[in-house]
Amino acid sequence: MDFLYARSWDEALAAKAERPDAVPISGGTDLMVDLNFDRRRPDALLDLNGVEEFTRWERVNGHVRIGAAVPFTRIINEIGSLVPGLAIASRTVGSPQIRNRGTLGGNLATASPAGDALPPLMVADATVEVGSVRGERTVPVREFFTGPKRSVLEPDELIRAVLVPVADGPQQFAKVGTRNAMVISVCSFALALHPARRTVAGCIGSAGPTVLPTPDAEQYLEAELADRRLWDSRAELDEAVATRFGELAGAHARPIDDVRGTADYRRHAVAVLARRTLQWTWTEYRRAQR
Amino acid sequence: MRLTFDVNGVGQQADDVWPGESLLYVLRERMGLPGTKNACEQGECGSCSVYLDGTLVCACLVAAPQAQGRAVRTVEGLATDSAGGLDHIQQAFVETGAVQCGFCTPGLIMATDDLLANTPTPSDAEIREALAGNLCRCTGYEKILDAVRLAASRRTEVTP
Repeated sequence: MDFLYARSWDEALAAKAERPDAVPISGGTDLMVDLNFDRRRPDALLDLNGVEEFTRWERVNGHVRIGAAVPFTRIINEIGSLVPGLAIASRTVGSPQIRNRGTLGGNLATASPAGDALPPLMVADATVEVGSVRGERTVPVREFFTGPKRSVLEPDELIRAVLVPVADGPQQFAKVGTRNAMVISVCSFALALHPARRTVAGCIGSAGPTVLPTPDAEQYLEAELADRRLWDSRAELDEAVATRFGELAGAHARPIDDVRGTADYRRHAVAVLARRTLQWTWTEYRRAQR
Repeated sequence: MRLTFDVNGVGQQADDVWPGESLLYVLRERMGLPGTKNACEQGECGSCSVYLDGTLVCACLVAAPQAQGRAVRTVEGLATDSAGGLDHIQQAFVETGAVQCGFCTPGLIMATDDLLANTPTPSDAEIREALAGNLCRCTGYEKILDAVRLAASRRTEVTP
């Protein structure tokens, strides 16, 4: 096995072009488990820890541009107020030790439907900056995943940064697991309200081959909020509306039975999480007025 | 490959390191530092917690070559003041009976050290969150929480 070091974005791209078989490693929280248990023996590893720009974030035109290797701990501590949904989800990742190493770039590249950061990135309409020696491109997170652990990344491409719009309204994330720390989610749900556009966005985690948007639930809720003029009145949301939103969101789940839970349980739990996140975000929206 | 890095303040070198081996393996098998424990090898148990350039990490999830040129601090490097003595966190674990089989202890002590460095007077909720990545199968955790509270109270006395 070869070990390749990169000290800049250009060096990393050159190394990946020359050795497309090299597996990138940053926090190592997924990859090292596979190596330790002999599940994977890549011909080469490409270490990204030396690429300083990957560890930076900056504000750009109403967005936060988060370097691919900014660890979850820093997302929570440094930009939590700008991207609250992502910060809430980041707090549920692993343990302090894991959050100190795990990164957004790793969550995206691994492309597991259980990646905790992915539903909040979907509902925030984030985009992924990827590149190779052939050039750079941006991919909406909504178009990034093609299947379980599969994405649009080409073998010579690397993730450079994630561009997340600064929250324009309340955001929430909820996750079901057997304990409060160190769990791969049984299922999860992220919700964002966009009051300026009068739209909402939901996304299911860990209950399908990829993270899944919930268009039927969104259309229903947007129509209800418009018909009842709730964006303006900020009146209380009918319990029945929240419940129906949850049911419609749950119907978008495409879960399987596995060691962490049954498909039936996941479909039910997604509906509950969708209802709760709606109640939390709506309460926050109502309070924000005063 | 050759690995050159700093361990507990001393420059070290390891030769014939396999690029896919973990920092944990290097510390235990090549550096002769068995304080950092090997249990789950998947970041689940926290027994291998060490500082990498001052950040608390699971040594089993760091590829050894990633430590090149960097500074690692293990549980053996905590008690720096007195020869063979214990630091105040280790002493608190002893006094409160927070140690049974002892396997999880080094990791819990490292996690406690990291907590108290950043949050000198933690709430119980903060203690639980900070130790959430460290598993103990003997104590039931209550005495470990006692140890952290005791260490925090002493640290506050020392550095008001």
